[in-house]
Amino acid sequence: MAIEEIIRLSEVTKRYPMGETEFTALKNINLAFHKGEFAGLVGPSGSGKTTLLNIMGSLDVPTTGEAVVLGQHISKLSHKASAELRNRHLGFIFQVFNLLPVYTVYENVEFALLLQNMPAQERKKTVYEALDWVGLTALAHKKPDKLSGGEGQRVAIARAMVKRPAILLADEPTANLDAANAHLILQTMKRLNDELKTTFIFSTHDEKVMGYLGRIIHLRDGCIELDETIKNKPLQR
Amino acid sequence: MKLAFQMAYKNLIGAGLRTWLNVGVLAFAFWVILFYNGLLDGWNQQARRASIAWEYGAGQAWHKDYDPLDPFTIQDGHGIWKEAPSDAVPVLIRSAVLYPQGRMIPVSLAGIVQSQKILALPTATFLKNQTEIPAIIGRRMAENAKLRAGDQVLLRWRDQYGTFDAANITITGVFKTDVPTVDQGKIWIPIEQLWKMTGLKDHATYYVLQHAESPKTATEWKYMAQEKLLADLDEIIKSKKAGSAIMYLLLLAIALLALFDTQVLSVFRRQREIGTYIALGMTRWQVVGLFTVEGSMYSLFAMVVGGVLGFPIFVFLAKQGIAFPASSQDFGIAMADRVFPVFGPSLIAFTIALIVISATIVSFLPVRRIARMNPVDALKGKIT
Repeated sequence: MAIEEIIRLSEVTKRYPMGETEFTALKNINLAFHKGEFAGLVGPSGSGKTTLLNIMGSLDVPTTGEAVVLGQHISKLSHKASAELRNRHLGFIFQVFNLLPVYTVYENVEFALLLQNMPAQERKKTVYEALDWVGLTALAHKKPDKLSGGEGQRVAIARAMVKRPAILLADEPTANLDAANAHLILQTMKRLNDELKTTFIFSTHDEKVMGYLGRIIHLRDGCIELDETIKNKPLQR
Repeated sequence: MKLAFQMAYKNLIGAGLRTWLNVGVLAFAFWVILFYNGLLDGWNQQARRASIAWEYGAGQAWHKDYDPLDPFTIQDGHGIWKEAPSDAVPVLIRSAVLYPQGRMIPVSLAGIVQSQKILALPTATFLKNQTEIPAIIGRRMAENAKLRAGDQVLLRWRDQYGTFDAANITITGVFKTDVPTVDQGKIWIPIEQLWKMTGLKDHATYYVLQHAESPKTATEWKYMAQEKLLADLDEIIKSKKAGSAIMYLLLLAIALLALFDTQVLSVFRRQREIGTYIALGMTRWQVVGLFTVEGSMYSLFAMVVGGVLGFPIFVFLAKQGIAFPASSQDFGIAMADRVFPVFGPSLIAFTIALIVISATIVSFLPVRRIARMNPVDALKGKIT
């Protein structure tokens, strides 16, 4: 049975104005992702990893080329449709967690569901389920400033996963974590990938992350240098 | 919208001191606006009541030649009104000069029916002393002329032919009123006496009416409705309100400027948060809405804080009144020595609407830029 293709990038180029000139962050990228992948965009700073992630997350649009995410052409989406896509089907994890500081852990996780107008009872159940995935039920009523880095990133995972998105985009999720916490986070994400079949796409240059990936796309200067699929690679501990 | 309010509430409470400073400034503006307008409304209501009780009754009918603002019309602005309502009180005004302790004070000599019940003037005290010309005067007049009850003083007047005559009058009573036009420069004597003194039997300058409806007036008499008589007072209060509005609007402007600055700073400092909201699925305009609601919620908090802290103060002021020095009562319009502010529902609603609407507009202006924000830059906190 063919695995469902959920992202297709065709000849995607992204250029940014830079004073009088332009900086080309991505050059004619052709790429596809399938359901359930645990893939990573790897490369040095400035190679275009985050730009590619932002386009797939409908936070940005390509200058030329076509990006189709879950059947929707990113460049053609209205702000509202784009927000709807992010709210329903895309999850984000950021390097600095980006938790909302005045909300508790529970409220941070609940936020996306509030935007979906989910009924209160169902919402509560779903939030606690997500907190349970990341082992933070006990900290549900703590504010983000009372959490450690690892706990903060686990809240971010719960927040991204609570709506059971089809795709989770993680931008350098372990960059601010120590090795132990980084492995814990990655194991959590891998488990969720296995259990929920969510597609995980990372942008990283962290060796620890690469150890978990099933597919690594090497980027350099906005171009795909190598797209390798890793089979039966044991998890690095 | 409900979500925006919930989020705004949490964000504001979470912002701590910054929130309470803005709320404090707005609450102060709320108090000042409420206080000034309540004071002027209270003054207006008291002045209207006093003017009706002491001077205007349910309305007046003036002789066609009489103009209270033109003293020259007093000489000829009088007549006999045969069809006058039986319960109307005739008042005859004549120019006269008083000579207390050798000084000379020009006065209006007003004759009024001793048995009248329409006005609060204590005309019954005419009977207090069995003197030939009993007179009552107001407290201000008494202070100016240095007269007390029981004093006799020389009065000079002109009769119907313009001939000067003079006699001693006896002050039988000094009354206290908030209406200066029945007090300052005015001497009240029985109208029968004034008719005798001037030879103007049955003449009146104006009639004070018992009932509000316009009587069938002869062409010689013009009906002055109560509201028309009070129009000047309303105008003065209105102009005073406009004057005080400059002050409190200035204060409100300062409060709104603080709010504007807060919003500008919020958009700048909370870029990552804005980016996160967008990444989590809010549209940019939803984020604009959230920040605008936050701004207007400052004003709602201010209403609550202002209401809770201000309520006992305003109740106290409304009950105890505010004392005004005697000098401020010489404006020429009715003003009590103690004004009781009135904080009516319409005033409170107006003040709340003014502050909430202006705060909402001021909150919206700086956050419009969120709609143009690139979420990627916002997430990186790169927007300058």
